[in-house]
Amino acid sequence: MEEIRIVNVSKDFDGFMAVDGVNLTIKPGELFSFLGPSGCGKTTLLRMIAGFETPLNGKIFIGDQDIVELPPYKRPVNTIFQNYSLFPHMTVWDNVAFGLKVRKTPLPEIKERVSEMLNLVKMDDQHSKYPDQISGGQKQRVAIARALINNPKVLLLDEPLAALDLKLRQHMLIELMNIHDAVGITFIYVTHDQSEAMSISDRVAVMNRGKIVQEGPPDDIYERPSSIFSAYFIGETNLITGEVIGIEDEYVQLKCPMGNGEFFEIDSTFHFRPEIGSQITVSLRPEKIAISRHKPKVADDMNVVKGVIEDILYLGSHTQYIVTVGKNNFRVFDQHKRVYFDDTALDWEEEVWLFWHDTDSWLIDELPPEDRMPAEGKSHLSKIKKQSSVSGEQI
Amino acid sequence: MKRFSRAKFFKGMNLTVFTFAMLFLYIPILILVIYSFNDARIVTSWKGFTLKYYGQLFRNVAIRQAFLNTMLIAVLSTVISTLLGLLTALGLENKKLKGRKGFMGLLYAPLVMPDILMGVSLALLFNFLRVNTGMWTVLIAHVTFCVSYTVIVIQSRLEGFDNSLIEAAMDLGAKPSTTFFKVKLPLIMPGVIAAALLSFTLSIDDFIITFFTSGRGFDTLPIYVEGTIRRGTITTINALSTLVIGLTLLLVVFTKRIRKSLISSF
Repeated sequence: MEEIRIVNVSKDFDGFMAVDGVNLTIKPGELFSFLGPSGCGKTTLLRMIAGFETPLNGKIFIGDQDIVELPPYKRPVNTIFQNYSLFPHMTVWDNVAFGLKVRKTPLPEIKERVSEMLNLVKMDDQHSKYPDQISGGQKQRVAIARALINNPKVLLLDEPLAALDLKLRQHMLIELMNIHDAVGITFIYVTHDQSEAMSISDRVAVMNRGKIVQEGPPDDIYERPSSIFSAYFIGETNLITGEVIGIEDEYVQLKCPMGNGEFFEIDSTFHFRPEIGSQITVSLRPEKIAISRHKPKVADDMNVVKGVIEDILYLGSHTQYIVTVGKNNFRVFDQHKRVYFDDTALDWEEEVWLFWHDTDSWLIDELPPEDRMPAEGKSHLSKIKKQSSVSGEQI
Repeated sequence: MKRFSRAKFFKGMNLTVFTFAMLFLYIPILILVIYSFNDARIVTSWKGFTLKYYGQLFRNVAIRQAFLNTMLIAVLSTVISTLLGLLTALGLENKKLKGRKGFMGLLYAPLVMPDILMGVSLALLFNFLRVNTGMWTVLIAHVTFCVSYTVIVIQSRLEGFDNSLIEAAMDLGAKPSTTFFKVKLPLIMPGVIAAALLSFTLSIDDFIITFFTSGRGFDTLPIYVEGTIRRGTITTINALSTLVIGLTLLLVVFTKRIRKSLISSF
């Protein structure tokens, strides 16, 4: 088992930097994801590891070997392509056997290994069918078997579940994790779907504009986003900007403008020491906020803010409330887990109290400039703006 | 009631038009086939059944030679023009190739150029180069006009080719040559076969260009037929044509099977 080291790798397409000075170390046996919006360079980076693109500069090591100069057929990696790319003129069996055949493996060994592989992906009863006779999920399995039979040191997966429907996707995700556990090699997984990346990966690299924005375990990225981009791209979040007015023990005190001349104050723990008087942003995940129509009696370490319900979205497992606090909008997820104290549900335009723990928010040393938002972030922001202007009139 | 009869009327019309079209297409051929068995020197009247023209046909050394010449030219020009066409089409896949568009224009030109122009120009060229006309000049001429067709047919097959299959093959450890022979060629084989069949047909069929490039002493079947009819003896030609029709029908029936087995043999 060898680690993969990507050292200062860049790639340009006619002057456009698709990958821009990426440094990354992937540990042996890890299930590592490249996550980012389309055009962020994640697929280009993967294709450079596979050998389909040549980096402008930089080195890619597998163990101690720099593989940049090697053609794809000499690299100890195999790829699962987005559209599977099974050979349409070969049966499932021949597709899986292809890698061994071109390496002139003796036939008895090929037979043994192919049946072993088809067994692993539960396709042994379909071996004589052609790719156009099997379903999308089955093609996926064949593609996995065809790649793994070559005993690669690394398996590269390029949005492997993008073509499957939701249920099958969830199923294949678990299957992929099981296969990863069974074969134990390094998997590099490329996706734009944050929930896929979160659920499958040991570690994730969030990419934007050819650069790695943040890397770490999924929970780390979710709970401790290093930038506004990661905070927005992974899950949903509330971004509250404010002025630092005090630092006390492990807490900073923020004075946040409500947009109508008034302010509300919140506390948050910090992981970097902001200067007093500076403007910073706090990311607060919607599920961390509790909502109530009565003012809660809470301890000192809770933030309490009063607002008005602007919108209610029933989503089955939870309800999403949009609560306006002045010109700020808070997204709040309320899990449908408990019985309400009074059996009347919250209503539109109702005054409510939002409260959350000081330690549940996360400081980001960045103000949210609109042009640096991913697509989702942008629409989210503009929505907030629109809504707040409406609510401003009402207030 | 009225609607029903109108529908019936159109149905009847359809059938009539269809029948006439078919008759128009096949009656001449039918007449030819019938007269190949007619025991009369002229075609105007039926004098009873005979196979003697078939006998004459098989004893006729000139016809046999012309037939062999035709086949030789057809097979050789098919092989050469299909290979050339395949290589050209593969070369033209590179979109960054300089002068690609101009070259493709040059390739398409022979498709629209009148045969007679091509025939005359080739004849002039051979004359200018002081080349003795004969088998080789005919072969060169046939390859010249077949290549345009084979390139276009193979190109159309390459157009829809999914290049990720090439990447997949290389990813699985196949060298470029293995990738070509195991993945690319089998998948474009239907196009290659179609190109080969087309150039075979074009070659067998060609009269005008062959006429200008064959010279004396190298007759293909169409040239021989034209010469014979000009001398007025049409009877053996009827028999010959009937055989050719029969062969063609057989070919049509078996083409599908041939293509399938050719593809799966890769």
